[in-house]
Amino acid sequence: MLQTIIPLLVDALANAALIFFVAVGLTLVFSVLRILNVAHGSLYSIGAYVAASVGLWIVAAGLPEWLTFPALLLSAAFVALLFGPLIEKTLVRWTYDKSEAVQVLVTFGLFLILEDLQRMVFGVQSVYQDTPMSLLGISQIGGIVYLNYQLLLIALAIVVLIALKVFIAYSRTGKLLAAVVADREVSQAMGIDTGKMFVIAFTIGVFLAALGGALATPTSGVSPGLGAETMVLAFAVAAVGGLGQVEGAALASIIVAMAKVLAIYFAPALDAVAPYLVMLVVLIVRPYGLFGSGATRRI
Amino acid sequence: MTRFHIILATGLVAMVLAPLVFPSIQFVLTIAMAKGFAALGVALLLRAGLISLGHAMFFAAGAYGAAFLATRLGVTDILLILLLSTVLATVVGLIVGMFLVRYRAIFFAMLNLAVSMVAYSLVSKFYGITGGTDGIGVPVPTVFGAVLDKAAFDNLLYYLALVLVVVVGVFVHRYLHSPLGHALSAVHTNEVRLEYLGVSAWSALLVGYGISAALAGLGGAIAATSIGHVLPEYAFWTESGHFVLTAVLGGIAGIAGPLLGSIFLEVVHTAAVGYFAEAWNMIVGITLLVVIFFLPRGLFGLVEKLSGIKDHQGEPKL
Repeated sequence: MLQTIIPLLVDALANAALIFFVAVGLTLVFSVLRILNVAHGSLYSIGAYVAASVGLWIVAAGLPEWLTFPALLLSAAFVALLFGPLIEKTLVRWTYDKSEAVQVLVTFGLFLILEDLQRMVFGVQSVYQDTPMSLLGISQIGGIVYLNYQLLLIALAIVVLIALKVFIAYSRTGKLLAAVVADREVSQAMGIDTGKMFVIAFTIGVFLAALGGALATPTSGVSPGLGAETMVLAFAVAAVGGLGQVEGAALASIIVAMAKVLAIYFAPALDAVAPYLVMLVVLIVRPYGLFGSGATRRI
Repeated sequence: MTRFHIILATGLVAMVLAPLVFPSIQFVLTIAMAKGFAALGVALLLRAGLISLGHAMFFAAGAYGAAFLATRLGVTDILLILLLSTVLATVVGLIVGMFLVRYRAIFFAMLNLAVSMVAYSLVSKFYGITGGTDGIGVPVPTVFGAVLDKAAFDNLLYYLALVLVVVVGVFVHRYLHSPLGHALSAVHTNEVRLEYLGVSAWSALLVGYGISAALAGLGGAIAATSIGHVLPEYAFWTESGHFVLTAVLGGIAGIAGPLLGSIFLEVVHTAAVGYFAEAWNMIVGITLLVVIFFLPRGLFGLVEKLSGIKDHQGEPKL
């Protein structure tokens, strides 16, 4: 019994870790900017493409293979610094005082542009680069075989969760972000540069999406259409956890990944439906998500 | 007869003559009208300030309805197929709507997305019933018992769709200018005051939601019989996004807006496919941004300008 449950659990948690990176980025951007970034999934796949290309280049150039690990992180940082400020300062900034419909549409337009941009730059072939995974190998505990890379993903997700909480609670920038989330106008009146806070939050969000993509390449590779799929999954997780809730995103990614893995195990036909069914059930019972709180009705 | 009516009539005459002058454009325009119906449905909800990222589900419901009727249930008449598929989409819409019209803003968008993705995954997984990712082929329907070849049927379907555009357009116009239609826009402007007046926002929205699902379903059924094949991708969320995009591109203030947007997009797409096939989404994305930034009333705004309509008081905005 344990022989089947534990690998299932590790698989689910590793999946949860990957979804968590993307979903927490989405939720963070929503909580600070109050904008649902529909192009978030594209930034995930751009992160994946950049990481895979850099990884392939490192191997081809005959550089030491361990360099592929920092390359994953640096690729995500590169994507974040390139796209984060650029998108926030041009498109997103313009929509702050517009309705949700306009905000969703502007980011949808951006999604369309980024999808084609990827096709132009990286082609339509799927890219696969698994050096980091094969380098780490497997370990065997009590007769059960684990992929070490999966364990690393789980550890990284926990580190990112704790780092985010510490950053928001203790660093100066984090506290300012929390203030902007709590009350945008008052924090502006107190002299906080909200524009700067928006750029910072958006760039962190892009970094988390790109990091999720970069870390996913060694296990699953990257191909066109990945962005659109990831987008809805991140959406589902962020909504289940409550938009804007960091812990919510963590819990929701575990629930959604569990549902997916259980579905693959017990009812394979339902594996793709499972995440959305979870989302639907949770949202019908608690429309603001597990950790979210309802906004008051405006008059 | 105002200048606006003359422009509308000119457009209609152009639509009647277009396939006679350029036969190759007929299929493109049929699909444009089909998608235009769906975009019109989305536009109705946008008037209420609600953005649906799930209307592709109703488009797919109409399309799959048509496919099932034609292949499994032995209903071959085109009018019956269109009618029954639309009814099916409406029923699905009313059932889903009963749960969803309680929600507003981003939550409405997300719940629609969730339901449509459940539908999408179910349709692509249940190979035995829906043909999975292969989809279902739709045979050429009959017309009042007469069996036509594909070319003659396509010809007929085009003019049938055009007649439906006019009939449905008049119906939706009447609806929007009825008290129920005004209640729909009032949900956007001031929902609480609407309820103080004794009007139930829930019922007004449910009626709107049902009509918008019916429009999407009709579009889906036309597309299915015209293309002759239905696929799960009809229900994917990016398709829903395209309907919203089409509605906004055309402009949501008038009935003609979403249809105009759809025709514009499909025709430009066909014209550009030889040159910019790789970059089509990028072009659409940029066009959308340009329209939102510089032409907030959409293409329909240009028509209004041509017609000399300046009074925009009390009209819905995004």
